[in-house]
Amino acid sequence: MKNIPISAMIGLFLMAAYFLMAIFAPLLAPYGMAEVVGDVWEPSSPEFLLGTDNIGRDLLSRMIYGGRTTIFIATAATILSFVTGSVLGFFAAVIGGWVDQVLSRFVDLIMSIPTLIFALVVLSVMPVTIPILIVVMGLLDSTRVYRLARAVAADINVMDFVEAAKLRGEGRSWIVFREILPNALSPLVAEMGLRFIFAVLFVSTLSFLGLGVQPPEADWGGIVKENKEGIVYGIPAALLPAVAIATLAISVNLVADWVLNRTTSLKGGRG
Amino acid sequence: MSDTLLKVRDLKIGATVYPPGEKPHDIEIVHGVSFDLERGKVLGLIGESGAGKSTIGLASMAYGRGGVKITGGEVWVNGRDILKTSLGDIRNLRGGEVTYVSQSAAASFNPAKKIMDQVVEAAVEHKKFSRKEAEARARELFAKLGLPDPDNIGERYPHQVSGGQLQRCMTALALCPEPDLVVFDEPTTALDVTTQIDVLMAIKEAIADTGVAALYITHDLAVVAQVSDDIMVLRMGNTVEYGTTDQIINNPQEDYTKALVSVRSIEHEEKQPTPEAVLTVDGITARYKGLNFDVLHNVNVELHPGQTLAIVGESGSGKSTLARVITGLLPPRDGEITFAGRKLSPDLKGRSREDLRELQMIYQMADVAMNPRQTVGTIIGRPLEFYFNMRGAEKRKRIVELLDEIELGEKFIDRYPAELSGGQKQRVCIARSLAAKPKMIICDEVTSALDPLVADGILKLLLDLQKIEDVAYLFITHDLATVRAISDSIAVMYQGRLARYGSKSEVLTPPFDDYTDLLLSSVPEMHLGWLEEVVAHRKMESAGN
Repeated sequence: MKNIPISAMIGLFLMAAYFLMAIFAPLLAPYGMAEVVGDVWEPSSPEFLLGTDNIGRDLLSRMIYGGRTTIFIATAATILSFVTGSVLGFFAAVIGGWVDQVLSRFVDLIMSIPTLIFALVVLSVMPVTIPILIVVMGLLDSTRVYRLARAVAADINVMDFVEAAKLRGEGRSWIVFREILPNALSPLVAEMGLRFIFAVLFVSTLSFLGLGVQPPEADWGGIVKENKEGIVYGIPAALLPAVAIATLAISVNLVADWVLNRTTSLKGGRG
Repeated sequence: MSDTLLKVRDLKIGATVYPPGEKPHDIEIVHGVSFDLERGKVLGLIGESGAGKSTIGLASMAYGRGGVKITGGEVWVNGRDILKTSLGDIRNLRGGEVTYVSQSAAASFNPAKKIMDQVVEAAVEHKKFSRKEAEARARELFAKLGLPDPDNIGERYPHQVSGGQLQRCMTALALCPEPDLVVFDEPTTALDVTTQIDVLMAIKEAIADTGVAALYITHDLAVVAQVSDDIMVLRMGNTVEYGTTDQIINNPQEDYTKALVSVRSIEHEEKQPTPEAVLTVDGITARYKGLNFDVLHNVNVELHPGQTLAIVGESGSGKSTLARVITGLLPPRDGEITFAGRKLSPDLKGRSREDLRELQMIYQMADVAMNPRQTVGTIIGRPLEFYFNMRGAEKRKRIVELLDEIELGEKFIDRYPAELSGGQKQRVCIARSLAAKPKMIICDEVTSALDPLVADGILKLLLDLQKIEDVAYLFITHDLATVRAISDSIAVMYQGRLARYGSKSEVLTPPFDDYTDLLLSSVPEMHLGWLEEVVAHRKMESAGN
């Protein structure tokens, strides 16, 4: 762990800062999440470091609590999409035949509908709660993970060492989890960084459109929505979440790049 | 100016390596090599993989493959040091004065362009000929190289000619701009022996006719002995021995050269067949899904316990398909397989764990036959765990025993495949199959990807293990020297049929059928003039007919 390149250091530092902030939000936030503490759109001052929002709540506290919600939803959705997507993708590649056909065509079908529209339709008929948000986002995203995982696994599945395992009489689970998974990890990790950021953007978009996290719960997309009128008057409150999303996106990808480099240059790593 | 065309002095070549967990650093891969090449002569560069022979060949065009750079020395071509000359001059040199023939013609031709366009490209580009003259010269070369229909073959696309023909097209490509020097980089290695002989003869005659000088790079000493005037033996970037072909072959001075010359000297006495066979293949006919013809036609062979049956044939003869049928990966259309007294289920699913355990397989490419993410201990330990339920200390003890048997030892147990050499990888694969205590092992071209000396070591190991473990081998190969070295019985396959089958002495004793004769006479032999003898013999025979 000693030869961490500088870019990965920066990424790790920022990412750790965001995640720690999310975990310890109640301890770090100077005010309560929905507490009205000042005037509307106060500029930043020693009392309110980032100013206040459209109804006089402390923006720093909102941002910290909002980050907690956004990062939690995005992380949970990413994990869900990777677990379902890659497991289904691997099994489809290994089993082949009609299982593969049914799964792949079903995924094609889902992918042919724009994700945002699909999510909006589903969320408009379902009660919008955080678990449902996570499940909808996770399952929609898992189609993309499925495609990648299936392609990578199909490549590995024809290698001689997998054939050797089949000739040994190994079961499918061993082949998927012990022979294929370790060799498919690098592209999946690289994809994970990207998908996490898409999840952050996605949940923010949903909240901005009013179908994501519901007020008074704070989240980054919601903060943009609540403060968007202020932009006309030169009040930067709506831009803060954008800055947060951008820095998080960059730092996560710096880390993902480094992890990818590390795993591919590992002993026996695959390119 | 003397007649020296290429003069290499103290050539040093370096490369940057990226070892895992360490900082990238530079290493030297060729340590001060010197040689001269006169006009019209052929110098053979020979050595195992990693000897630096291709790197030296490319350096004579002032070129280094990705990450490789020439760090010192001089390379004189036509009286100038090309390492110091201008970029424009290098451009004239490459493809004009010096041309290159690579190992895989199939990968070097652009599949989207006709052969003729690619053959004349360099000559036209360097303004040596007009397009029309270049095409005429190309047709002349096609004829000289013995290509069928030389006037029209250029109008075909690369995939419309065979591998051996494409390799000859590539030689025409290299000769077309009337270069002074041609670098042949393993031009026949990827070809079948019967094709190799035609290409070799074509290359040799073309060199003689055009008076061009050539660097001939190969790992096969018997091949290089047929075409070159001088030979340089290389090992790990150093010159081991440099002399005339006659001296190297008939009077080698260095131990390494002696070992190369005497390679494949394994003697193995043929065993008598036992009354009971471990494997009986009875009337197997098979085809792949989606094909409308059979790849195997009514194949019958038998293998006796503790013996070796060699299946010989060219690529496409169906020998690997036979292995797939026996392992159950490809259920046959007809026929049955009896193994250790039991009738085997045609497909993998129907076979018992015992069937699978007793029938093991070793692959040609050891590096893809092992999971790169598992250590040697895991790779060898898994069959022990899986078939014998061994755990902990007991398993480790057995792994160490197996590592000792394959002459590697305990220190290899925690290594990853990427940390092993080609020969060591193949040894680990052998240990993995032995771990299952099999009655029979299918060896699919297990030595073809290895250097001759390493391959020899593997064959010796396999023979020793056969004595200890009493295991039978079904040995699939295209290399007849290997067959002579290890087999007890031989099956020659041609186009999915058995062309000849019997004990080793029967199969290798005349009278031969036509195909076996062709195959046997095509194996390069380590003496001068062999190529001419064979070709003359064939001409006589066809004249007699």
